[in-house]
Amino acid sequence: MPLPKETIEQMIKEALPDANIELEDLADDNDHYAVTITSSAFRGKGRIEQHRMIFDALKGRMGNELHALAIKTVAAGEDE
Amino acid sequence: MSVHQFIQDTIDQNPVVLFMKGEAMAPMCGFSAYVARVLQHYGVEFKDVNVLETEELRQGIKDFTNWPTIPQLYVNGEFIGGADIVRDMHEEDELAAVLKKAEE
Repeated sequence: MPLPKETIEQMIKEALPDANIELEDLADDNDHYAVTITSSAFRGKGRIEQHRMIFDALKGRMGNELHALAIKTVAAGEDE
Repeated sequence: MSVHQFIQDTIDQNPVVLFMKGEAMAPMCGFSAYVARVLQHYGVEFKDVNVLETEELRQGIKDFTNWPTIPQLYVNGEFIGGADIVRDMHEEDELAAVLKKAEE
């Protein structure tokens, strides 16, 4: 059961209230997405830790209902 | 031998390990194919492990790494990331240095 765009955005927003979320539905099938997330919460953290924050926000759906979500994290405030 | 032990031994005995869907020469998923291609692009020898061989391995690697997706790249026994992080590091020119350490 693929995951609608709004649900993904809402879940990330709940975990990272200041996040700027650019979510793209790659195949228009609610199942293949690319998302760029910019948040100050990423500052000072490595990529693995940043991505794990997103997996936690998605409450276990990553790798299950959510098959293909390409994640790019950007720490707000650091030079991009 | 437990799956956990198999994974531990594999990353201990091989400088670069790619846990993937399918094999390097016959990947069965776009993300796995991408990372295999990037490693080949850098001319890096790596051990490919097809996690689809058993459900136990497919779930076992996710538990071992505490990472929900496949592929997973290990260098010198350390988890580097999945396809997204490998792509990000490649684009930011950080991957070469990490892979270089594998040869030592």
